[in-house]
Amino acid sequence: MVELTLPRNSQIRQGKTWPKPEGATNLREYRIYRWSPDDDENPRMDTYFVDMDDCGPMVLDALLWIKNKIDPTLTLRRSCREGICGSCAMNIDGANTLACTKGADEISGPVKVYPLPHMPVVKDLVPDLNNFYAQHASIEPWLQTVSPEPAKEWLQSHEDREKLDGLYECILCACCSTSCPSYWWNGDRYLGPAVLLQAYRWLIDSRDEAKGERLDNLEDPFRLYRCHTIMNCTQTCPKGLNPAKAIAEIKKMMVERRV
Amino acid sequence: MTTSILHRITGGALYVGTLLVALWLIAAATSKETFDYVNWFFGTLIGRLILFGYTWALMLHMLGGIRHFIWDTGAALEKHTASKLAWATLVGSVVLTVAVWVVGLIVRGGWA
Repeated sequence: MVELTLPRNSQIRQGKTWPKPEGATNLREYRIYRWSPDDDENPRMDTYFVDMDDCGPMVLDALLWIKNKIDPTLTLRRSCREGICGSCAMNIDGANTLACTKGADEISGPVKVYPLPHMPVVKDLVPDLNNFYAQHASIEPWLQTVSPEPAKEWLQSHEDREKLDGLYECILCACCSTSCPSYWWNGDRYLGPAVLLQAYRWLIDSRDEAKGERLDNLEDPFRLYRCHTIMNCTQTCPKGLNPAKAIAEIKKMMVERRV
Repeated sequence: MTTSILHRITGGALYVGTLLVALWLIAAATSKETFDYVNWFFGTLIGRLILFGYTWALMLHMLGGIRHFIWDTGAALEKHTASKLAWATLVGSVVLTVAVWVVGLIVRGGWA
Protein backbone atom coordinates (compact mmCIF):
# COMPACT_ATOMS: atom_id res chain seq x y z
CA MET A 1 0.00 0.00 0.00
CA VAL A 2 0.88 3.67 -0.17
CA GLU A 3 3.85 4.70 1.95
CA LEU A 4 4.91 8.29 1.49
CA THR A 5 7.92 8.17 3.80
CA LEU A 6 10.58 5.53 4.18
CA PRO A 7 10.59 3.42 7.34
CA ARG A 8 13.26 4.57 9.80
CA ASN A 9 15.58 1.67 9.01
CA SER A 10 15.35 2.33 5.26
CA GLN A 11 16.32 5.99 5.33
CA ILE A 12 19.44 6.58 3.29
CA ARG A 13 22.47 8.04 5.11
CA GLN A 14 25.59 9.72 3.79
CA GLY A 15 28.14 6.96 3.27
CA LYS A 16 31.86 6.70 2.79
CA THR A 17 33.86 8.69 0.23
CA TRP A 18 36.49 6.38 -1.20
CA PRO A 19 39.91 7.85 -2.04
CA LYS A 20 40.54 9.02 -5.59
CA PRO A 21 42.70 6.69 -7.69
CA GLU A 22 46.30 7.89 -7.69
CA GLY A 23 47.67 9.63 -10.75
CA ALA A 24 44.33 9.73 -12.55
CA THR A 25 43.42 12.97 -14.31
CA ASN A 26 40.11 12.07 -16.00
CA LEU A 27 37.87 11.35 -12.99
CA ARG A 28 34.16 10.68 -12.85
CA GLU A 29 32.21 10.77 -9.60
CA TYR A 30 29.79 7.91 -8.81
CA ARG A 31 27.34 7.93 -5.90
CA ILE A 32 26.07 4.43 -5.28
CA TYR A 33 23.38 3.01 -3.00
CA ARG A 34 24.78 0.49 -0.54
CA TRP A 35 22.91 -1.79 1.82
CA SER A 36 23.84 -5.11 3.33
CA PRO A 37 21.54 -7.58 5.12
CA ASP A 38 24.48 -8.74 7.23
CA ASP A 39 24.66 -5.76 9.58
CA ASP A 40 21.97 -3.59 11.15
CA GLU A 41 23.10 -0.45 9.34
CA ASN A 42 20.82 1.83 7.34
CA PRO A 43 21.32 2.13 3.58
CA ARG A 44 24.00 4.65 2.62
CA MET A 45 25.31 6.47 -0.45
CA ASP A 46 29.00 5.75 -1.07
CA THR A 47 31.04 8.04 -3.30
CA TYR A 48 33.63 6.62 -5.68
CA PHE A 49 35.91 8.20 -8.27
CA VAL A 50 36.45 6.31 -11.51
CA ASP A 51 39.48 6.79 -13.74
CA MET A 52 37.78 7.21 -17.11
CA ASP A 53 41.08 6.73 -18.97
CA ASP A 54 41.17 3.18 -17.58
CA CYS A 55 37.46 2.36 -17.90
CA GLY A 56 34.89 1.69 -20.64
CA PRO A 57 32.18 4.24 -21.53
CA MET A 58 29.11 2.57 -20.01
CA VAL A 59 27.84 2.86 -16.44
CA LEU A 60 28.24 -0.92 -16.08
CA ASP A 61 31.92 -0.58 -17.06
CA ALA A 62 32.37 1.92 -14.23
CA LEU A 63 30.52 -0.24 -11.69
CA LEU A 64 32.71 -3.22 -12.55
CA TRP A 65 35.80 -1.01 -12.49
CA ILE A 66 34.85 0.05 -8.96
CA LYS A 67 34.20 -3.57 -7.94
CA ASN A 68 37.52 -4.74 -9.42
CA LYS A 69 39.77 -1.88 -8.39
CA ILE A 70 38.30 -0.13 -5.35
CA ASP A 71 35.62 -2.03 -3.46
CA PRO A 72 35.00 -5.76 -4.13
CA THR A 73 32.00 -5.75 -1.77
CA LEU A 74 29.89 -3.71 -4.23
CA THR A 75 27.12 -6.10 -5.27
CA LEU A 76 25.20 -6.04 -8.56
CA ARG A 77 23.73 -8.35 -11.18
CA ARG A 78 25.15 -8.41 -14.68
CA SER A 79 25.64 -10.95 -17.38
CA CYS A 80 25.58 -10.20 -21.11
CA ARG A 81 26.82 -6.55 -20.98
CA GLU A 82 24.99 -5.83 -24.26
CA GLY A 83 21.36 -5.14 -23.38
CA ILE A 84 19.91 -8.56 -24.06
CA CYS A 85 19.76 -10.29 -20.66
CA GLY A 86 18.19 -7.56 -18.53
CA SER A 87 20.24 -8.41 -15.44
CA CYS A 88 21.82 -5.00 -14.83
CA ALA A 89 18.54 -3.05 -14.67
CA MET A 90 18.86 -0.29 -12.08
CA ASN A 91 17.96 3.32 -11.41
CA ILE A 92 20.63 5.54 -12.97
CA ASP A 93 20.45 9.34 -12.96
CA GLY A 94 16.82 9.14 -11.83
CA ALA A 95 15.54 6.74 -14.48
CA ASN A 96 15.32 2.96 -14.69
CA THR A 97 17.57 1.57 -17.39
CA LEU A 98 20.25 -1.01 -18.15
CA ALA A 99 23.69 -0.09 -16.81
CA CYS A 100 25.31 -1.81 -19.80
CA THR A 101 23.60 0.34 -22.45
CA LYS A 102 23.62 3.64 -20.53
CA GLY A 103 26.60 5.77 -21.48
CA ALA A 104 28.17 7.76 -18.64
CA ASP A 105 28.56 10.65 -21.10
CA GLU A 106 24.73 10.91 -21.30
CA ILE A 107 24.71 12.06 -17.67
CA SER A 108 25.83 15.43 -16.33
CA GLY A 109 27.37 15.73 -12.88
CA PRO A 110 27.90 12.82 -10.47
CA VAL A 111 26.34 9.54 -11.62
CA LYS A 112 23.76 8.44 -9.04
CA VAL A 113 22.96 4.75 -9.00
CA TYR A 114 20.16 3.09 -7.01
CA PRO A 115 18.51 -0.35 -7.22
CA LEU A 116 15.17 -0.57 -9.08
CA PRO A 117 12.66 1.52 -7.07
CA HIS A 118 10.16 0.14 -4.58
CA MET A 119 11.45 -3.44 -4.65
CA PRO A 120 12.80 -5.25 -1.59
CA VAL A 121 16.60 -5.04 -1.70
CA VAL A 122 18.65 -8.21 -1.41
CA LYS A 123 21.96 -6.32 -1.27
CA ASP A 124 23.28 -3.03 -2.73
CA LEU A 125 21.96 -2.85 -6.32
CA VAL A 126 20.29 -6.27 -6.32
CA PRO A 127 16.48 -6.13 -5.98
CA ASP A 128 14.27 -9.09 -5.03
CA LEU A 129 12.27 -9.88 -8.19
CA ASN A 130 10.56 -13.07 -6.96
CA ASN A 131 7.10 -11.49 -7.01
CA PHE A 132 7.75 -10.13 -10.50
CA TYR A 133 8.70 -13.59 -11.83
CA ALA A 134 5.74 -15.23 -10.07
CA GLN A 135 3.43 -12.72 -11.75
CA HIS A 136 5.01 -13.55 -15.10
CA ALA A 137 4.35 -17.25 -14.48
CA SER A 138 0.73 -16.45 -13.57
CA ILE A 139 -0.08 -15.34 -17.13
CA GLU A 140 1.14 -18.74 -18.42
CA PRO A 141 3.64 -17.40 -20.95
CA TRP A 142 3.67 -20.35 -23.34
CA LEU A 143 1.71 -21.46 -26.39
CA GLN A 144 -1.62 -23.05 -25.50
CA THR A 145 -3.64 -24.99 -28.05
CA VAL A 146 -6.55 -27.42 -28.27
CA SER A 147 -6.18 -28.30 -31.96
CA PRO A 148 -4.30 -31.52 -32.78
CA GLU A 149 -0.59 -30.80 -33.02
CA PRO A 150 0.67 -30.43 -36.59
CA ALA A 151 3.31 -32.91 -37.82
CA LYS A 152 5.85 -30.08 -38.00
CA GLU A 153 5.76 -26.58 -36.48
CA TRP A 154 2.70 -24.36 -35.92
CA LEU A 155 2.55 -22.09 -38.96
CA GLN A 156 1.95 -18.36 -38.93
CA SER A 157 1.52 -15.84 -41.75
CA HIS A 158 4.00 -13.00 -42.17
CA GLU A 159 1.27 -10.53 -41.18
CA ASP A 160 0.47 -12.44 -37.98
CA ARG A 161 4.15 -12.73 -37.14
CA GLU A 162 4.52 -8.96 -37.50
CA LYS A 163 1.99 -8.48 -34.71
CA LEU A 164 4.61 -9.83 -32.28
CA ASP A 165 7.14 -7.15 -33.21
CA GLY A 166 7.66 -4.74 -30.34
CA LEU A 167 6.56 -7.47 -27.91
CA TYR A 168 8.93 -10.41 -28.33
CA GLU A 169 11.93 -8.12 -27.75
CA CYS A 170 11.01 -7.65 -24.08
CA ILE A 171 13.82 -9.00 -21.87
CA LEU A 172 11.89 -8.83 -18.57
CA CYS A 173 14.40 -6.47 -16.99
CA ALA A 174 11.60 -4.97 -14.83
CA CYS A 175 12.60 -1.35 -15.59
CA CYS A 176 9.02 -0.53 -16.65
CA SER A 177 7.16 -2.26 -13.82
CA THR A 178 9.36 -0.69 -11.15
CA SER A 179 8.89 2.78 -12.68
CA CYS A 180 5.10 2.53 -12.42
CA PRO A 181 3.44 4.28 -9.43
CA SER A 182 0.50 1.88 -9.69
CA TYR A 183 2.93 -1.02 -9.39
CA TRP A 184 4.65 0.70 -6.44
CA TRP A 185 1.37 1.00 -4.54
CA ASN A 186 -0.29 -2.26 -5.62
CA GLY A 187 2.56 -4.47 -6.81
CA ASP A 188 1.11 -7.42 -4.90
CA ARG A 189 -2.09 -7.47 -6.94
CA TYR A 190 -1.47 -5.35 -10.07
CA LEU A 191 0.53 -7.32 -12.65
CA GLY A 192 2.49 -4.30 -13.88
CA PRO A 193 3.49 -3.24 -17.41
CA ALA A 194 6.14 -5.89 -18.15
CA VAL A 195 3.90 -8.84 -17.31
CA LEU A 196 0.91 -7.27 -19.10
CA LEU A 197 3.03 -6.71 -22.22
CA GLN A 198 3.91 -10.41 -22.05
CA ALA A 199 0.22 -11.26 -21.57
CA TYR A 200 -0.58 -9.26 -24.71
CA ARG A 201 2.21 -11.02 -26.58
CA TRP A 202 0.31 -14.34 -26.11
CA LEU A 203 -3.15 -12.81 -26.61
CA ILE A 204 -2.17 -11.46 -30.03
CA ASP A 205 -0.32 -14.61 -31.17
CA SER A 206 -2.35 -16.16 -34.03
CA ARG A 207 -1.23 -19.67 -33.01
CA ASP A 208 -2.49 -19.42 -29.43
CA GLU A 209 -5.97 -20.83 -28.73
CA ALA A 210 -6.50 -19.77 -25.11
CA LYS A 211 -7.45 -16.13 -25.73
CA GLY A 212 -10.72 -16.39 -23.77
CA GLU A 213 -9.11 -17.97 -20.71
CA ARG A 214 -6.23 -15.47 -20.85
CA LEU A 215 -8.68 -12.55 -20.88
CA ASP A 216 -10.72 -14.13 -18.05
CA ASN A 217 -7.55 -14.31 -15.98
CA LEU A 218 -6.91 -10.58 -16.51
CA GLU A 219 -10.53 -9.44 -15.99
CA ASP A 220 -9.90 -8.13 -12.51
CA PRO A 221 -9.97 -4.69 -10.90
CA PHE A 222 -6.31 -5.02 -9.91
CA ARG A 223 -4.44 -7.33 -12.27
CA LEU A 224 -5.17 -5.23 -15.38
CA TYR A 225 -7.18 -2.19 -14.44
CA ARG A 226 -4.71 -0.58 -12.01
CA CYS A 227 -3.08 0.80 -15.17
CA HIS A 228 -4.05 4.48 -15.34
CA THR A 229 -1.93 5.33 -18.38
CA ILE A 230 0.72 7.16 -16.38
CA MET A 231 3.15 6.30 -19.22
CA ASN A 232 6.32 5.90 -17.11
CA CYS A 233 6.69 2.36 -18.50
CA THR A 234 6.94 3.49 -22.10
CA GLN A 235 9.12 6.48 -21.21
CA THR A 236 11.68 4.34 -19.40
CA CYS A 237 11.85 1.07 -21.43
CA PRO A 238 15.54 0.61 -22.34
CA LYS A 239 14.50 -1.48 -25.35
CA GLY A 240 12.18 1.22 -26.72
CA LEU A 241 9.07 -0.94 -26.35
CA ASN A 242 5.59 0.31 -25.48
CA PRO A 243 3.93 -1.53 -22.58
CA ALA A 244 1.30 1.22 -22.21
CA LYS A 245 0.10 0.55 -25.74
CA ALA A 246 -0.01 -3.22 -25.11
CA ILE A 247 -2.12 -2.65 -21.98
CA ALA A 248 -4.47 -0.32 -23.91
CA GLU A 249 -4.89 -3.07 -26.52
CA ILE A 250 -5.79 -5.62 -23.81
CA LYS A 251 -8.38 -3.20 -22.40
CA LYS A 252 -9.80 -2.86 -25.92
CA MET A 253 -9.99 -6.66 -26.26
CA MET A 254 -11.96 -6.78 -23.01
CA VAL A 255 -14.54 -4.38 -24.45
CA GLU A 256 -14.59 -5.95 -27.91
CA ARG A 257 -15.44 -9.43 -26.62
CA ARG A 258 -18.45 -8.02 -24.77
CA VAL A 259 -20.09 -6.37 -27.79
CA MET B 1 3.80 11.21 -14.98
CA THR B 2 3.45 14.94 -14.17
CA THR B 3 0.23 15.37 -16.13
CA SER B 4 -1.09 12.13 -14.65
CA ILE B 5 -0.71 13.38 -11.09
CA LEU B 6 -1.98 16.86 -12.08
CA HIS B 7 -5.06 15.17 -13.55
CA ARG B 8 -5.70 13.52 -10.18
CA ILE B 9 -5.02 16.65 -8.14
CA THR B 10 -7.29 18.81 -10.32
CA GLY B 11 -9.91 16.07 -10.15
CA GLY B 12 -9.79 16.34 -6.38
CA ALA B 13 -9.86 20.15 -6.51
CA LEU B 14 -12.95 20.05 -8.71
CA TYR B 15 -14.93 18.56 -5.80
CA VAL B 16 -14.20 21.75 -3.86
CA GLY B 17 -14.97 23.85 -6.95
CA THR B 18 -18.34 22.13 -7.33
CA LEU B 19 -19.05 22.92 -3.68
CA LEU B 20 -18.45 26.60 -4.51
CA VAL B 21 -21.01 26.44 -7.31
CA ALA B 22 -23.45 24.67 -4.98
CA LEU B 23 -22.83 27.36 -2.34
CA TRP B 24 -23.61 30.05 -4.90
CA LEU B 25 -26.86 28.35 -5.98
CA ILE B 26 -27.95 27.61 -2.39
CA ALA B 27 -27.30 31.24 -1.49
CA ALA B 28 -29.42 32.37 -4.46
CA ALA B 29 -32.25 30.13 -3.28
CA THR B 30 -32.00 31.28 0.34
CA SER B 31 -32.30 35.07 0.42
CA LYS B 32 -31.12 38.20 -1.32
CA GLU B 33 -28.78 39.07 1.59
CA THR B 34 -27.08 35.66 1.57
CA PHE B 35 -26.69 35.75 -2.19
CA ASP B 36 -25.28 39.28 -2.11
CA TYR B 37 -22.78 38.21 0.53
CA VAL B 38 -21.58 35.12 -1.38
CA ASN B 39 -21.57 37.07 -4.63
CA TRP B 40 -19.52 39.80 -2.98
CA PHE B 41 -16.97 37.25 -1.74
CA PHE B 42 -16.56 35.70 -5.19
CA GLY B 43 -16.01 39.25 -6.51
CA THR B 44 -13.11 40.03 -4.16
CA LEU B 45 -9.54 39.52 -5.31
CA ILE B 46 -9.18 36.31 -3.29
CA GLY B 47 -12.56 35.10 -4.52
CA ARG B 48 -11.60 35.73 -8.12
CA LEU B 49 -8.24 34.07 -7.61
CA ILE B 50 -10.03 30.95 -6.33
CA LEU B 51 -12.44 31.05 -9.29
CA PHE B 52 -9.51 31.50 -11.69
CA GLY B 53 -7.82 28.45 -10.17
CA TYR B 54 -11.09 26.55 -10.42
CA THR B 55 -11.35 27.47 -14.11
CA TRP B 56 -7.81 26.23 -14.72
CA ALA B 57 -8.41 22.98 -12.82
CA LEU B 58 -11.59 22.45 -14.85
CA MET B 59 -9.82 23.09 -18.17
CA LEU B 60 -6.82 20.90 -17.35
CA HIS B 61 -9.04 18.08 -16.13
CA MET B 62 -11.27 18.39 -19.19
CA LEU B 63 -8.33 18.25 -21.62
CA GLY B 64 -6.85 15.41 -19.57
CA GLY B 65 -10.13 13.57 -19.90
CA ILE B 66 -10.11 14.07 -23.68
CA ARG B 67 -6.51 12.79 -23.71
CA HIS B 68 -7.53 9.64 -21.85
CA PHE B 69 -10.44 9.26 -24.27
CA ILE B 70 -7.99 9.31 -27.20
CA TRP B 71 -5.72 6.84 -25.40
CA ASP B 72 -8.67 4.48 -24.82
CA THR B 73 -8.88 4.02 -28.59
CA GLY B 74 -5.26 2.84 -28.55
CA ALA B 75 -4.03 5.98 -30.36
CA ALA B 76 -1.31 8.50 -29.44
CA LEU B 77 0.40 6.17 -26.95
CA GLU B 78 3.82 6.33 -28.59
CA LYS B 79 6.55 7.72 -26.34
CA HIS B 80 7.08 11.08 -28.03
CA THR B 81 3.46 11.54 -29.10
CA ALA B 82 2.36 11.04 -25.50
CA SER B 83 4.87 13.64 -24.29
CA LYS B 84 3.66 16.13 -26.89
CA LEU B 85 0.08 15.45 -25.84
CA ALA B 86 1.05 16.14 -22.22
CA TRP B 87 2.50 19.53 -23.17
CA ALA B 88 -0.54 20.28 -25.33
CA THR B 89 -2.78 19.58 -22.33
CA LEU B 90 -0.80 21.96 -20.11
CA VAL B 91 -0.51 24.78 -22.66
CA GLY B 92 -4.11 24.28 -23.80
CA SER B 93 -5.44 24.53 -20.25
CA VAL B 94 -3.70 27.88 -19.67
CA VAL B 95 -4.85 29.25 -23.04
CA LEU B 96 -8.45 28.13 -22.45
CA THR B 97 -8.51 29.53 -18.91
CA VAL B 98 -7.28 32.94 -20.03
CA ALA B 99 -9.72 32.85 -22.97
CA VAL B 100 -12.69 32.07 -20.69
CA TRP B 101 -11.76 34.95 -18.39
CA VAL B 102 -11.15 37.43 -21.20
CA VAL B 103 -14.48 36.55 -22.81
CA GLY B 104 -16.17 36.64 -19.41
CA LEU B 105 -14.78 40.07 -18.58
CA ILE B 106 -15.70 41.44 -22.03
CA VAL B 107 -19.27 40.15 -21.71
CA ARG B 108 -19.45 41.56 -18.20
CA GLY B 109 -18.12 44.89 -19.45
CA GLY B 110 -14.98 45.17 -17.34
CA TRP B 111 -13.28 44.11 -14.12
CA ALA B 112 -15.49 45.94 -11.59
